[in-house]
Amino acid sequence: MKIHIKNGHLVDPKNDRDGRADLYIAAGKIVAVGTAPADFHANRVVDAAGCIICPGLVDLSVRLREPGYEYKATLESEMLAAAAGGVTSLACPPDTDPPLDEPGLTEMLKFRARNLPGPRVYPIGAMTQKLEGARLTEMAELSEAGCLAFSHADAPLTDTQVLLRAMEYAATFDYSLWLRPLDPFLSRGGIAHDGPVATRLGLPGIPTLAETVALSTILLLARQTGVRVHLRRLSARESVAMVRAAKLQGVRVSCDTTIQNLHLSEMDLLGFDSHFNLQPPLRSLADRDALREALKDGSIDALCSDHTPLDEDDKQLPFGESTPGASAVELLLPLTLKWAREMAVPLPRALDLVTWKPAQILGIDAGHLSPGAPADICVFDPAAEWTVSPALLRSQGKNTPFLGQRLQGQVRYTVIDGHLDYGG
Amino acid sequence: MPDPQLSSQGKLHHLLTLDGLPAATLRQILDTAESFMDVGERDVKKVPLLRGKSIFNLFFEPSTRTRTTFEIAAKRLSADVVNLNIATSSQTKGETILDTVANLTAMHADMFIVRHAQSGAAHFIARHVAPHISVINAGDGRHAHPTQGLLDMFTIRRYKGEFGHLRVAIVGDVLHSRVARSQISALTTLGVPEVRVVAPKTLLPPGVERLGVRIFHDMREGIRDCDVIIMLRLQNERMKGARLPSAQEYFKQYGLTTAKLAFAKPDAIVMHPGPMNRGVEIDSEVADGPQSVILPQVTYGIAVRMAVMAMLAGGGND
Repeated sequence: MKIHIKNGHLVDPKNDRDGRADLYIAAGKIVAVGTAPADFHANRVVDAAGCIICPGLVDLSVRLREPGYEYKATLESEMLAAAAGGVTSLACPPDTDPPLDEPGLTEMLKFRARNLPGPRVYPIGAMTQKLEGARLTEMAELSEAGCLAFSHADAPLTDTQVLLRAMEYAATFDYSLWLRPLDPFLSRGGIAHDGPVATRLGLPGIPTLAETVALSTILLLARQTGVRVHLRRLSARESVAMVRAAKLQGVRVSCDTTIQNLHLSEMDLLGFDSHFNLQPPLRSLADRDALREALKDGSIDALCSDHTPLDEDDKQLPFGESTPGASAVELLLPLTLKWAREMAVPLPRALDLVTWKPAQILGIDAGHLSPGAPADICVFDPAAEWTVSPALLRSQGKNTPFLGQRLQGQVRYTVIDGHLDYGG
Repeated sequence: MPDPQLSSQGKLHHLLTLDGLPAATLRQILDTAESFMDVGERDVKKVPLLRGKSIFNLFFEPSTRTRTTFEIAAKRLSADVVNLNIATSSQTKGETILDTVANLTAMHADMFIVRHAQSGAAHFIARHVAPHISVINAGDGRHAHPTQGLLDMFTIRRYKGEFGHLRVAIVGDVLHSRVARSQISALTTLGVPEVRVVAPKTLLPPGVERLGVRIFHDMREGIRDCDVIIMLRLQNERMKGARLPSAQEYFKQYGLTTAKLAFAKPDAIVMHPGPMNRGVEIDSEVADGPQSVILPQVTYGIAVRMAVMAMLAGGGND
């Protein structure tokens, strides 16, 4: 399959390209940018007039719900949703049922995903067996089976010695640990950010300390062990400052935040709408603004959707009984663009946070449009407006706090591995 | 966002919280309650305002007194009352809240009185009921207990007259108290110039001062020169965690005794939403003493609940 994408405005943050250029694809690879190679005869010409051509998005947190939660969503539905969102590579956390703690489970997931249209799926292995926080998994075996990093998802990790050993062991093989800082004791019983809104609504609080105390432990242990750590879904202003300081000290650490925490705050909880029940919790406006700034100045390295499709019953409950999480993979691009517009961030810099930067964190050859690179491409109309509605979301999960919001930026075509997987 | 309690015509359709209700609405409810006060003293304790209406007491959390006073209030308005005690356990066995609500709607309910352990549960139900059904929040988690807040205001007005010159102290477990939140909303809305909360730091929610209250940790200082002292119930399970060391120590620091009461104004009234833990938050000598208005609170609760039901059903004197 040879594809010629023409008439578009090409943005490739890694290669510093930002201008009108055509793209030529053959045999799953990008073969040329700008000028057609000699004797290139396209089977398919894609007209990208008025559109941006950029590397396919790399989303660091997408729950595909397999194995174990197929009633909430299936691999088919969520991979289609991801492709519709312009995502061509995604990392899925190990909090499946059973968790991704054995090579067989990982291989099965990769095999199932490979045989479906849609993005490349990179499972993140469980750091401890059954995510129980006690015994390490066979990280080397899991690595061979395709796990690019290891994580504890949101499962509580109470034993600090286990964390230390996991770091030492991972550092032995230079595996990366992806950790969401959360102290299980300080967050116990909590539902919402422990601020004035939770006080007014009578919702049990999750203090910022639940994040920063755990973060402080992780950073100290990471400095000691030299392990590579990627911090997931930071939600608080103080966390950003701590990570910034750790980077200056030479700790090998990167971090991300979610599109929900970037655009919403505790104020959104005032109507008790369960769609705003999220993890990490929506924090204060000052926290939200700090995340927005930190993403702009590079203190936060990447932006993810933290896609968590749920079935309707999970949300049709009083706030505190509902399941946290948002269906989000289809909103990653428009909400990145919205942030960029509001913060006056140039488009290449914004797209960098959802393409090249996360690809580096994941350690994959993706997120750029160099000749010879895998042909993973997103073509989107930056001006197209649409209203978020259940009918328009391909994900089986319709649970988004952005329902009814008018967003700008719509994906027209997604090319994955040289195939037109969306928009064809 | 629009107030979910108001109908499209701007009339009070549900009573979910006092937070955000204007003073005029609160006063209207209190005045209506005043007009119902004599009904309980007649030989035939009934008025026909809600005849033919079906009211469901939907209690997902056990309660005796609140449910009973709602039932009496509804019956005095001639409504048909059905009591449903839905233990949380039977809920987890299958039927969801929305299923329960749909079933009762099919039985031609006109009003739901809801109690639930989760903050926001009454809002949730109000959002999902048929448009003709009114929802009254009879206590949701730590969030609100608006009829309790109103009956407390009714009591204060009866004993102290107007609100504009009062100093009111709320003492005890504010953190877990839906009653305290509703009282604070009502007191600040009705123009009480000084509302105090008195508690150890472990029983105060963060940023509570932003609700418009002054914080005191010392009981004597906290109730000094107050006109009204509201004691909150301290649940025994608070002693199991790390919030408090013991009931004895709590009583010594924050229990209301005759000696501590002497710091308040000589004519101060003592209130408690019940049920009381004698010897934990309040000494029997005070609870049964001349300054206590705890039993009148219960009596007024019936008139206040009649007023709320009558107004929501459209039969109030508005």
